[in-house]
Amino acid sequence: MLHIPIIRKGKPYKSIDVQRVPHFRTRETFVEISQANTGLISRDLRDQESPRAALEHLSTDELLAMSKQAAEYYMHDTLPVGDESQSPDDYVNQLSATTGMPHVLVRKNMNKIYGVMAEMEKVISGLTRGLDLKIIDQGYGVHEGHEVSFFPRTQSLGVILPSNSPGVHSLWIPSIAMKIPLVLKPGSSEPWSPYRIMQAMIKAGVPAEAFSYYPTDHGGSGAILRTCGRGMFFGDSASVGKYASDPRIELHGTGYSKVVIGEDLIDDWEKYLDIIVKSILENGGRSCINASGVWVPRKGREIAEALAQRMSEVIPRTVDDPQAQIAPFANPDIAARISAIVDQGLTEAGATDVTAKYRPNRIVDLEGATYLLPTIVHCESPEHPLANREFLFPYASVVEANQDSMPEIFGPTLVVTALTEDQKLINRLISSSLVDRLNIGPIPTMQIAWDQPHEGNLFEHLYARRAFQRMAAA
Amino acid sequence: MSATAGTQLQARIKESREKLDAHVREIVEWHFNPETGSPFWLDFAGKLDWDPRKEVRTYDDLDKFGFFQDEWLRGGPVRRWVPKAYSDSPIYVFETGGSTGVPKSRISVNDFRIDYEMFSDTLSDQYFPKGADWLMLGPSGPRRLRLAVEHLAQHRGGICFCVDLDPRWVIKLIKMGEMQMMEKYKQHVIDQAVTILKAHDNIKCMFATPKLLEALCEKVSLKKMGVTGVFCGGTEMTPQFHRFAVEELMEGAYFAPTYGNTLMGLATHKVPEPEDNWAIIYFPPNPRAIIDVVDPDEPSRLVDYGQTGRVRLTTLTKEFFMPRFLERDEAERERPCDQYPWDGVRNVRPFSRLQTSVVEGVY
Repeated sequence: MLHIPIIRKGKPYKSIDVQRVPHFRTRETFVEISQANTGLISRDLRDQESPRAALEHLSTDELLAMSKQAAEYYMHDTLPVGDESQSPDDYVNQLSATTGMPHVLVRKNMNKIYGVMAEMEKVISGLTRGLDLKIIDQGYGVHEGHEVSFFPRTQSLGVILPSNSPGVHSLWIPSIAMKIPLVLKPGSSEPWSPYRIMQAMIKAGVPAEAFSYYPTDHGGSGAILRTCGRGMFFGDSASVGKYASDPRIELHGTGYSKVVIGEDLIDDWEKYLDIIVKSILENGGRSCINASGVWVPRKGREIAEALAQRMSEVIPRTVDDPQAQIAPFANPDIAARISAIVDQGLTEAGATDVTAKYRPNRIVDLEGATYLLPTIVHCESPEHPLANREFLFPYASVVEANQDSMPEIFGPTLVVTALTEDQKLINRLISSSLVDRLNIGPIPTMQIAWDQPHEGNLFEHLYARRAFQRMAAA
Repeated sequence: MSATAGTQLQARIKESREKLDAHVREIVEWHFNPETGSPFWLDFAGKLDWDPRKEVRTYDDLDKFGFFQDEWLRGGPVRRWVPKAYSDSPIYVFETGGSTGVPKSRISVNDFRIDYEMFSDTLSDQYFPKGADWLMLGPSGPRRLRLAVEHLAQHRGGICFCVDLDPRWVIKLIKMGEMQMMEKYKQHVIDQAVTILKAHDNIKCMFATPKLLEALCEKVSLKKMGVTGVFCGGTEMTPQFHRFAVEELMEGAYFAPTYGNTLMGLATHKVPEPEDNWAIIYFPPNPRAIIDVVDPDEPSRLVDYGQTGRVRLTTLTKEFFMPRFLERDEAERERPCDQYPWDGVRNVRPFSRLQTSVVEGVY
C-alpha cells in the first residue's frame, strides 16, 4: 500500500495514525496518509528560524533558477512519493483516483502549476510590481528613484489546502522564491500535488528543511494557522469565516464569481455565450474562479435557455476520456447533498432549473462513479436563495437585476467579468471593494494573468515596507 | 508464551475470577442489606420480583439488573446514593460532564483515596520518587481529580501544587467559536504551571491532561524542570499521541497514561512492548471496577478478544454500586496478562456512533 508520510522540515515521519483515502470509483483504499497530531505540529513550529535561515542564505536569483528547474522536474521527472517513485503519468492517475478529476483536467492543472514555477521571475515581478530582486536579498535599495526597505512579516507561511482543484497550488508556490518556508496541510483527498511540487523543488536544490507537510485534522490546521506568522486558508465560507478578523491569514473561501452584462450590450448577449460557458464549465466547474452567476438587466430567460442547451451537451465520461469536462464526486453522498440543496431552493417560487428539461436527472452514475450534471437556474429576483450560490460542480444562476444596483446587490465576488462599455457601470465596479478581480471585456472568469495578484498579493502578505533613510558615514 | 507460563496465567485468571465473584456477593449483600445499603438500591430492590442478595452469586449474574442508566445520577436527592453504613461519614459529591444540563453526580467517602492508593502501587519509585512534590495540571472544581491527585502525592510523601482548568468553560468557548479566547485561557493555565515548576525544584511528578501536557511542553522542557514522571489522563489518547509523548515530550521522564472517570475510578496502563505499536492498553482496578467490551447492538454480550466494541463499566465498591453502565467510548477487548489476570481494553476512543454529540479532547 502506498503511504505518504508527514514531512517535518524536510524529514519524512511515518505516523501511527493514518487516513485511508479510497479510490473514487471502487471505494477501496488507494493510499494511506500519515496524520500529524496537533502537538507534533506545534512542537515543530517552535523553531521556524532554521528553515528560514536555510532559504535566507540563497539569493532570489538562485531561488528563481531553482524554481525554473523544479518546473521541469515537476512536469517531466520521476520523483519520490513516500517510499515509492512517481512518474508524471503516475501522478495524473493517482490524483484522478482520489479526486475523480478526469486526466485531461489534471493535465491542464499541471500546466498551470508548471507555468507558475517556470515563469516565477515574471510572477515575482508582478507581485512586487517590478522591484529589483536584490532589494529582497539585502532588505533595502532604490526603487523608482526612492530608497525602500522591506522586511519579512513572518518566518513561514502556513497553508491549509483544498482538494477541489490542483490549480490553487500556484498561489503559494512563490513563497519559496520570496525566501519564506512553507508549512503545508494538504487537502484530504489531494495529497499529491503539494508533495510533488515540494519534491521537485528539493530536487532542484531548494533546502528540504524549508518544507513541512502535515496531513492533519481541524485541530492541526488550527495549530498551523495559529503558529505561523502568516497563513493562507482555502475552505468553505463557514470554515474560513472563523478567521475573518485575523489579518495574518489570507482567506480563500467561496468565490461567487460572476459574468455581468451591461444594458448597453445585453442585446448582443449571444456573442458572449462561449465566454459565459467557459467561465462556468472550465476545470469541471470546481474552482472559485468559475462563474456561478450571470447577472443581467434583462433577457435572463433567453440567456438561461441558451446556456442550458449548451450545458446539456456535457455528459459524464470516463476519467481517461480526452473529451471529459466534468469530474465525479469522490464521495457520492456529497453529490446527493448538493443536489438536495439545489432542489430545496427550487421549492421556493421564482426559480427554474432550465437544464431539467434536457436531462432526466441531475445526478447520474457512470461505471460506479457519481456525477452532477451542469445546472442552470433562472432566478426572477436577486433575493431568491439560489441567486447567489456556488457549488462544487458547473452551476450558475442567471439573475435579472437593475445594473445601477450592481455590485452591491450581489455582494462580495472573487472575479467579475464585465461585458459592458458603459463607463458608469465600469467605474462602479472599479471603485467597489466587493470585487476582488475584475475583467473588463470578453475575458472568461477562469483566465488568469500571472502578473496579476489573485485574492491578495502574496508579497504584501509576506513582506512589509518600512520607512528607510540612509546616509554614508562621514 | 510457554505452555507452563500459559497454564500459570490460566490459573491466575481463574483465581481472579473467583475473587471477583466473591467480591460481587459481598458488594451486593452490602448495598441491598437494609442495615448498610443505599436508599436508591433498597428502593430499586423493593420493585423487583427477585432478591439480589439471594440470586446474584457471580459477576455474570449482575446482568439481571439490566443496564445502569446515567439519568439516575442526574439531580437529587444525592443522599439516596449514600449507603446507610456511611450516613454519619463526611460525604463528598463529585460531578462528571455537565457542559450543558444537569451533570451526573457520584457520592464518595474514601473511594477516591483507595483508588489512587491502588494506582500508586503501579507507579515506579524511580520515576515517581517518594517524597517528591507534584503538580496537578487539570480540572478541579466539582471533579474528584484534584483531591485524588493531591491524595496520591500525599500518599507518596509529597505535596501537591494545583493549577485549575475549567473544562465546561472551554467547551462553551468552543461552541461560541471563541477559539482565540480559548487559546488565551489555555495559555493562562500554562503560564501558571510554568511559574510553579520554575519556583519549586522539588516538583518531580505531575498529572496533566494530554492537551495541557502538549501545551506545557511547548513552553518548557520537562527535563530542565526536573520532572521525572507524568501521569496523564482525562481525555482520549491515541497511539500516535502515546508515541509522540514518549519520544518527544518526555525527554526520559516516564509517561503513565490512564483511563478513568469519576464513576469508575482509574485504569492503569500496561507497560508498552514493541509489538503493541504504541497501542495504549488499560487494565481496570479489578475487582473494584471492571471494564468489559460489548457488542453495541447486544450490550450484554462480550465481543471476542481483539474485537472492537462499546466500553461497559461496572463499579463494585462499598460506597458505590454501578452495574453495567454503557460508556460513551469504544475499544478493542484485551486479553489478561501476567500483571493483570483479567480483561483489559486497547485504544479507548469516543464511541463512533455517538461522536457527533460528544465534545471531546478540548482540554
